[in-house]
Amino acid sequence: MSDPVTVRVTVNGVAHTGRCEPRKLLVDFLREDLGLTGTHVGCEHGVCGACTILFNGEAARSCIMLAVQADGAELLTIEGLMQDGRLHPLQEAFREHHGLQCGFCTPGMLLTALDLLRTNPSPTEDEIREGVSAVLCRCTGYHGIIKAVEAAAQKMR
Amino acid sequence: MKPVSFDYHAPASLEAAVALLQRYGGEAKVLAGGQSLMPLLNFRLSRPAALVDLGRIPGLAYIEEGDGQVRLGAMTRQRTIEFSPVVARRLPLLGEATKWVGHLPIRTRGTIGGSIAHADPSAEYPAVLTALGGAVVARGPKGERVVQAKDLFVTYLTTSLEPDEVLAEVRLPAMDPAAGFALEEFARRRGDFAIVAIAAMVVRDGARCAQARLATAGAGPVPVRLSAAEEILERDGLTDAAIAAAARRAAELVSPDSDLHASADYRRHLTEVLTRRALTRAIRGARV
Repeated sequence: MSDPVTVRVTVNGVAHTGRCEPRKLLVDFLREDLGLTGTHVGCEHGVCGACTILFNGEAARSCIMLAVQADGAELLTIEGLMQDGRLHPLQEAFREHHGLQCGFCTPGMLLTALDLLRTNPSPTEDEIREGVSAVLCRCTGYHGIIKAVEAAAQKMR
Repeated sequence: MKPVSFDYHAPASLEAAVALLQRYGGEAKVLAGGQSLMPLLNFRLSRPAALVDLGRIPGLAYIEEGDGQVRLGAMTRQRTIEFSPVVARRLPLLGEATKWVGHLPIRTRGTIGGSIAHADPSAEYPAVLTALGGAVVARGPKGERVVQAKDLFVTYLTTSLEPDEVLAEVRLPAMDPAAGFALEEFARRRGDFAIVAIAAMVVRDGARCAQARLATAGAGPVPVRLSAAEEILERDGLTDAAIAAAARRAAELVSPDSDLHASADYRRHLTEVLTRRALTRAIRGARV
């Protein structure tokens, strides 16, 4: 076993310090060391997108990052999306437009959509389809998700 | 799965990174954006003794233009390239190719240096580097050397860089502002690696073709510059017949392998079809 490393991260505005092996994946650090289990582990090799978080403001897959790479970073996870007890407009829109069923992909879907709308506030339907193609959903067939992102984009502009 | 245990180093300079690579004598892997390496680690297909993370070395992410070329630091993220005005103006083929690289949350982490050093033959950046005749700067124990694209890619996932060399910079000749360009790709799903992709650039001189550039991804163990197909256009002009002849020639120039994604014959067929489409679109976009 190699020497443990210290990881200092700010997650959803709260500073955390942890110690872990260098091989610890960021998603496992979030879930096991920080107890933030809202970020889901799906494929564990960067294909399904369930583990997507915001890393210094940009969407990134936390299963193909090491926790130690996040030392000094600011992260946003699904737990930080609500503000003052109110759902984020994206969360509202997913509820309104049946953008989720089992909910497994939803955290990754929401955080991917958040970066998509940050960098492209008025996406076309094709651009939304391309954006959410980064996350696999096996329940809703995507239609509700695309409608939800469209609706959220209008509200957030 | 989870990676095997490894030593982790985050050096503060390229010199220190090279020294670490020397110390581990080929048993260490360089970590850039990690979007290819981390899946290999998680699958335990890669079991390095150590990772040398370039992420803490300052000054490795930049896009600079000068002397007719654009120089990109190895750690320049794909997402930065996607939005770069320098790339949009001077390397629009690279900009178009970037939209085909993985997905949004891959491109925020993935780097141009990592993509090229990883040398996946189905990746877009090696094809662009090959089409435009670019080069990389490698930093090793004896200093820097420049490796031309044609000398860089050896076979699947293998470059001519030494185990103690780090890819530090990518250099691409700036495109003629009047050039037309296209990257045509076929993949089963959006964001997948290409089954085949063709990168094309055309500079027109009236109905003549002043310069054609073509390279493949996915049509063999390394990207292939389709020089003999380029020559057909430069000799015969930009007619539909010349495009068709160049596309047929392209299919003869590649030696794809069969794998579980596609047969060799299918990849050869795609090489012809995508070359025709890429040339057609590049010619349409070229200013006379």
